[in-house]
Amino acid sequence: MADAIELTVNGARHQVRAQDDTPLLYVLRNDLELNGAKFGCGLGQCGACTVIIDGEAVRSCSFPVALAAGKQITTIEGLGTIDKPHPVQKAFIDEQAAQCGYCINGMIMTATALLQRNPQPGDSQVRQALAGNLCRCGTHARILRAIARAGKEMAQ
Amino acid sequence: MREFDLGRAVPRTEDLKLLRGRGRYTDDIVLARQCHLHVLRSPHAAARIRAIDTTTAAGAPGVLLVLTGADAARDGLGTFASRVQRKRADGSANFVPPYGMLALDRVHHVGQPVVAIVAESIAQAKDAAEMVEIGWETLPSVTDTAAAAADGAPAVWDEVPDNVCFVHSVGDKAAVDAAFNGATHVAKERFRINRVAVNPLEGRTALGVYDTSDGRYTLYAGLQSPHVMRLELASNVFKLPANQLRLISPDVGGGFGMKGSAHPELGLVLWAANKLERPVKWIAERSESFVADHHARDNVSTVELALDRDGKFLALRVATIANLGAYLASMGVHVATNNLGGLAGTYTTPAIHVTVTGIFSNTNPTCPYRGAGRPEASYCIERIIDIAAREIGVDPVELRRRNMIPPKAMPYKTGLTFTYDSGEFEKTMDMALERADWAGVAARRQAAMARGKLYGAGVASVIEIAGGPADIPLEEAVEIRFDATGNATVLAGTHSHGQGHETMYRQFAGHILGLAPERMRLVYGDTDLVFHGRGTFGSRSASAGGAAFLGAAKKIIEKGKLIAGHLLEASALDIEFADGRFAVAGTDRSIDLIEVAKSSFLAARLPRGMELGLDAKAVVTPPGPTFPNGCHVCEVEIDPDSGVAKIARYTVVDDVGRVVNPLLLKGQIHGGIAQGAGQALLENMVYDPDSGQLLTGSFMDYGLPRADDLPSFEVTSNEVPSKNNPLGIKGAGEAGTVGALSAVMNAVNDALAPLGIRHFDMPATPERLWRAIRDARKPGG
Repeated sequence: MADAIELTVNGARHQVRAQDDTPLLYVLRNDLELNGAKFGCGLGQCGACTVIIDGEAVRSCSFPVALAAGKQITTIEGLGTIDKPHPVQKAFIDEQAAQCGYCINGMIMTATALLQRNPQPGDSQVRQALAGNLCRCGTHARILRAIARAGKEMAQ
Repeated sequence: MREFDLGRAVPRTEDLKLLRGRGRYTDDIVLARQCHLHVLRSPHAAARIRAIDTTTAAGAPGVLLVLTGADAARDGLGTFASRVQRKRADGSANFVPPYGMLALDRVHHVGQPVVAIVAESIAQAKDAAEMVEIGWETLPSVTDTAAAAADGAPAVWDEVPDNVCFVHSVGDKAAVDAAFNGATHVAKERFRINRVAVNPLEGRTALGVYDTSDGRYTLYAGLQSPHVMRLELASNVFKLPANQLRLISPDVGGGFGMKGSAHPELGLVLWAANKLERPVKWIAERSESFVADHHARDNVSTVELALDRDGKFLALRVATIANLGAYLASMGVHVATNNLGGLAGTYTTPAIHVTVTGIFSNTNPTCPYRGAGRPEASYCIERIIDIAAREIGVDPVELRRRNMIPPKAMPYKTGLTFTYDSGEFEKTMDMALERADWAGVAARRQAAMARGKLYGAGVASVIEIAGGPADIPLEEAVEIRFDATGNATVLAGTHSHGQGHETMYRQFAGHILGLAPERMRLVYGDTDLVFHGRGTFGSRSASAGGAAFLGAAKKIIEKGKLIAGHLLEASALDIEFADGRFAVAGTDRSIDLIEVAKSSFLAARLPRGMELGLDAKAVVTPPGPTFPNGCHVCEVEIDPDSGVAKIARYTVVDDVGRVVNPLLLKGQIHGGIAQGAGQALLENMVYDPDSGQLLTGSFMDYGLPRADDLPSFEVTSNEVPSKNNPLGIKGAGEAGTVGALSAVMNAVNDALAPLGIRHFDMPATPERLWRAIRDARKPGG
């Protein structure tokens, strides 16, 4: 039987009924209608589903919902607004890093978690952080530039 | 100059939506009562189906419907069409396999759909699939391209014992043979271009709806050409009038050609939705995509170049075996046969002959993928030039230079099919060499070798057809509708799935109509709203969509002049339109387009009898195809101990004609190079030759390029406007890929040349490179 699980997403509390091992991604998308995190592979291999849980970038497609209970979950919907985009979102716009937009959730969330820990990462640290994020449009170079730009912004 | 104009580096207007997670892709659309479809696929490369027992599965918890190929036959459902026909050597028409949605009594590749199961949840559908019992009788299979064409290979189809689908020849064979007889030198090599998976980050998706009130179907799916797919499904599969079918292609997470190809699941969800009278959704899982999507490339070519004593190219002879897969994708035969003209490259080679043998194999159909035959053609000529240069002891840049078509020769009828309208190939190459610091290659090579590395540099001067086909280009449609508030809705037949069309059409509107970006909304990807469209593929959207926008805008301006003349009490003949304003010539009396649009909805402000409104449609066939071209320069460093090849530098100078938006353009070039370099260095679809099983079925086995695999690319434009497009645009979507395969592999081969390796095929993966280097270093090796 599905249990009631309490989740805190983007600062708001939700009660959801789901089996403990249901991937968090399914609950975010299907129950909470937060569609920013994307299903790209379902195997934790592409990064499109990335969310931030207690400061860590996590692959929500392979993260059991029960393990997220009681933790702070941030999805891309919780980052910024139209009028006040998060520095990482703004940097992705400034560097024109998006094309089809499907991987971009994962790129932004992974970068945000990295920059929150370390606002001035070296180029190799950024590349390392993005090792699990795939982009088929090939915007990697601009994504790297955007993250460097956002880091400078956030360090100020 | 206005902000949104042609040539301006305007940031994308799409981004605020996409970067906040507000994109609306097919899987984000959730309909009431929707249920889930799972496809049970063939585990065998070739097998007979003795029996299918679905009884237990049909009774499993949550299961709503189980469908088989026999059900499709009973319901009279048709098969997908191959849109290009060719002939066999004896003149007979090529065999078109019956490409139904579900297998009937035979399967021909791993992953072929066999049974569709619909349940309340996807988990229930998958559980039920385990309960389907199928009696298989496995058969011998063949997956490798050359092996499938060899004598004695297992026949993929009983109807085609030799696996030859077609033999297609183009060019003047007699002239080529004569030129080879008189040649001073002939360079000859066999090239393999490996099979790749397209892998858009958003896999294929489909949501089918059947409306019981009017018997209409709606399909939500990531599609590059919704109108073309509507025609396919309506005419060939469901045999319905097209107006009974609505296709909506919302935000799409990358297509790259593959999402223009008709796949079984598009029909399955509609068929199931009709039977259940409920919406039915199918979402590809990634491992499923690898075995269920149409693949790409996969051919073997024997290439011969004849040169005279001065290094002038006399003739080119190419024989290609192209692997079409078990079934023919919508445009599979097109890829293998319709972009061969690119073999002429940027050179004056007077005689060219090519024969393509299309073969069946027990693999997924191959479909267009960024370039669709263009990168392959460029690779043949650019790679053989480097081999010839080495053999005759001439610098590869110098050899290209001696044979390049000069600008004064334009329009230039090449040795094969195409007539180029424009291009400054030598200047473009020189610009690229300068920006790449070609003169510094020797020093960088020396420095790398001092560190124990191998180092190579490669050049590719490439050209491709865009906005084709060559004889009569495909039309495109645009409608411009003003409303009573003076704002415009632009409805386009093209489809944006990462290209940034919303921004591009706003620039067209700014340039041609003087319209501010916030006054324009773009609609695309809905066959009920957009009246016609060919869609987005073949680097055509800027050139064909731009021509169509211009056509519709001219009609808006014509009617606007009549209204403005009336309001300004002048003859329409005296009205001039510029920068968004209608003015009486030679006076300071004027009125802007916004006011004219508002007035068009007020009968009192119109000439008596004029129809209300300000809107126009245009379906425009551009006067000719365009020929984007460019020069790519790549430098590669290889670690001989690990076999890892890294791109050290990459420089491109591209002539895509008139540049609409340098930011969008560079993004397209970057992406194209990433996909070309990905194939050259990392990506490879591998089948087990004995069992026909796909061995590369996930991102753990298949190397998609990552941030750490790619350098920053230097991209510059040499704008030479096309004479075949009213806006001068040539197109940019495929240019990066067309050059990258050649430039990267020429660099890799240059690095390996000191080891005595004459030619090394892609992909230059660490394992393959390591083996090649080890073998070359063996004594006597």
